[in-house]
Amino acid sequence: MANSHLKYESKKLATWYFTFAAIIFGAQLLFGLVAAIQYVMPSFMFEVVDFSVARMIHINALVVWMVFAMFGSVYWLLPDETGIETVGVGIGKLLFWAFAAAIVVVVLVYLFIQVGPADETTIWFIHEGREYIEAPRWADFAIVVVALGFVANLYMTGIKGNRSGIVTVLMADMIAFSGLYLTGMFYTDNISMDQFWWWWVIHLWVEATWEVFVGALAAYGLITMIGAHRKVVEMWLWIEVAMLFGSGILGMGHHYFWIGTPEYWWEIGALFSALEPLPLVAMFIHVLYDWGKMQGQEDAKGLEQSVITNKPAFTWFILNAFGNFLGAGIWGFFHTLPQVNLYTHGTQFTSAHGHLAFFGAYATILIGMMYLGVQGKNGIKIMRHTKSSIWATSMIFGGVLGMTMALTIAGYADFIISRAQWGATWEGYFAGQSGVWYLQGMNWRLIMGVVTFIGFLFLVKDLLSTGRAAHHER
Amino acid sequence: MAKKSVWSDNRFWQRSAGWVTGVASVLLMWLTFDTIPQITLGTDADLENGVTKRVPGPTVINYKITYEMDKKRHHEVPVIGGANAEGKSSFQEKEKFFGRDDWSEEEARALLRLGKLGSQAKNCMNCHTLLGNGAYYAPDLTKAWLDPAWGPNGPMQAMTGKNTKEEAMAEFLQFPSQYPTHARMMPNLGITAEEAKGLVAFLKHMSSIDTNGFPRNFGKIEGAVHGK
Ligand code: HEM
Ligand code: HEM
Ligand SMILES: [Fe+2]
Repeated sequence: MANSHLKYESKKLATWYFTFAAIIFGAQLLFGLVAAIQYVMPSFMFEVVDFSVARMIHINALVVWMVFAMFGSVYWLLPDETGIETVGVGIGKLLFWAFAAAIVVVVLVYLFIQVGPADETTIWFIHEGREYIEAPRWADFAIVVVALGFVANLYMTGIKGNRSGIVTVLMADMIAFSGLYLTGMFYTDNISMDQFWWWWVIHLWVEATWEVFVGALAAYGLITMIGAHRKVVEMWLWIEVAMLFGSGILGMGHHYFWIGTPEYWWEIGALFSALEPLPLVAMFIHVLYDWGKMQGQEDAKGLEQSVITNKPAFTWFILNAFGNFLGAGIWGFFHTLPQVNLYTHGTQFTSAHGHLAFFGAYATILIGMMYLGVQGKNGIKIMRHTKSSIWATSMIFGGVLGMTMALTIAGYADFIISRAQWGATWEGYFAGQSGVWYLQGMNWRLIMGVVTFIGFLFLVKDLLSTGRAAHHER
Repeated sequence: MAKKSVWSDNRFWQRSAGWVTGVASVLLMWLTFDTIPQITLGTDADLENGVTKRVPGPTVINYKITYEMDKKRHHEVPVIGGANAEGKSSFQEKEKFFGRDDWSEEEARALLRLGKLGSQAKNCMNCHTLLGNGAYYAPDLTKAWLDPAWGPNGPMQAMTGKNTKEEAMAEFLQFPSQYPTHARMMPNLGITAEEAKGLVAFLKHMSSIDTNGFPRNFGKIEGAVHGK
């Protein structure tokens, strides 16, 4: 990769991470489409690529591309924050290839081997059969090695260079992020114990460590893209960390209502998870406030120009602030009280929330980081939208919002019929699945999924070509 | 110049974040230490001595299991071996599982292990929910063992040509696409006869877990929608 504009090896490595992430993102969407078609047409690829296989690839690819893009984001911002080249970037490059190769092997095994015998060899070499962290045990160890190397690089760089508030937050956050993965790496015969620890990975990732990560990225974005003042931004960041961890860590109780764990989790889970939307509101306000403030100062100087140095990236950062609040905050709150969750637990409603939350909170800002990568790589001073970037943004955001609406409506039909009316039996389940609202919801989800995918194609085209567009300011 | 306020001091907020995170983490660990013993697998001795566990031992497969409304807790709980006068598990009534109600602790444990490993190896969770977690393409399995569909009056025993619940389930699991109930079918996952037995044990055991009343009204409402 001959990119003359990148001074730092760390940033070059970041672009590799972004590239691989975008490819896996594409795979995620394709297999999501397969699963969505199967809802509408159950014979589609039956006993060839079954729903379970398509879904496993869909959600595992989701986690993997996000982790890649997160690692890439850290390698991207480290030189800017610390003022030095990342320590150990050579090892970082090696680990990148090890990580990418491991993921390719894992996905090929999912796709072509699919299931194994009921013994530990399957868990070691095919998959673990636990959603989101299906990767087989050998890959778990590979991931741990890669994560250790990544965290070591981050620490060495943070210690040697200028340790900003953002870097400090990332150092604390990434070690927790990596450490939590270990809690998902053991086998037990006891399904309650299994799920108890499984949530330590899933919940404490997406509702604690990843959210703090997003806070740090948003802070970095505000400083680099609109010139917000570091001191103010970092103060907000610390407040957000306090609010996110203060609510999110014990908010884990909302997954301990029904898995065999004691009743006191009802109160703890309800109380703390009900507070979880607050930091998301704060983050939304913060981003808009800083933007308005910086633009206002510019306007007051009589300068009729935008303060934003990267329009497409900033658009995705704004969508992140909004989508995080909407998908995680509002949709999460909908079903987080035990009285509601008793009925909605494990229905299409959960899926509606899962989509908008993962997309709104993470996909958005990571796509934004990819645009920062393109800008830096091409030495662009002020990056503007293109037709493709506008199509990509509106179709992807509109598509996911549309899928969420469809799933929410289907979800209501689902839980009211199958749960409230029928008491959750086999027959009740299928009564729910055959409701008119439900069936139409599934059709619309597929249509909106296709819209999302076309948006993704525009995104890829734009990421590959916008660097050469003439209308940016160099 | 205005006096510097603590509220706009980054050090203050950094320390606060550290404290809040620390306190929340310590509380979580403390609660974890309280929860873990409560969800640890029980033993055969517990069942014999009438000790109710949230997650009973594997030999629970020797007992009859039902799901009844608990007057005090205001939701349903698994009742093991029939109810006593207060409506709690009496651990008296046994029930044959593949022809036996004397599965030893080792045997039952091995069967449960086979079933749990099987549930992971066959990827059940990426179509079904277990304890409500997983995918939404197929029915929840939390109380599948207690589902009227598999009982003497349900369609599944007749469909698979078997006379007991466990045999009907095992047959279905081995050849699911031969016994379709809807256009959406379960695929053949290469489940052997032995693995199927383990999986049914795993399901029976899961139905005995105290899930705080989830799912509600399970199997209690018949034909509520179409007035059958
Ligand atoms: C960005 C942050 C978040 C992400 C990515 C996220 C994602 C998810 C996903 C994927 C699930 C489904 C898990 C499964 O497959 O079983 C889930 C479940 C859940 N989430 Fe979130 N979530 C986020 C934030 C929140 C917040 C802030 C709340 C509460 C205010 C919340 C409440 C819940 C609840 C109650 C469930 C359980 C649903 C059930 O019982 O089926 N989530 N979340
Ligand atoms: C082409 C667009 C997409 C389609 C057609 C699609 C389809 C699906 C389907 C059919 C499932 C299985 C749901 C079930 O178990 O019943 C699923 C699960 C999931 N998808 Fe997507 N998806 C798409 C895009 C996305 C995006 C963009 C994200 C997030 C960035 C995402 C995140 C998830 C998550 C978190 C789950 C698990 C939800 C849960 O278990 O509650 N998907 N998707
Ligand atoms: Fe959660």
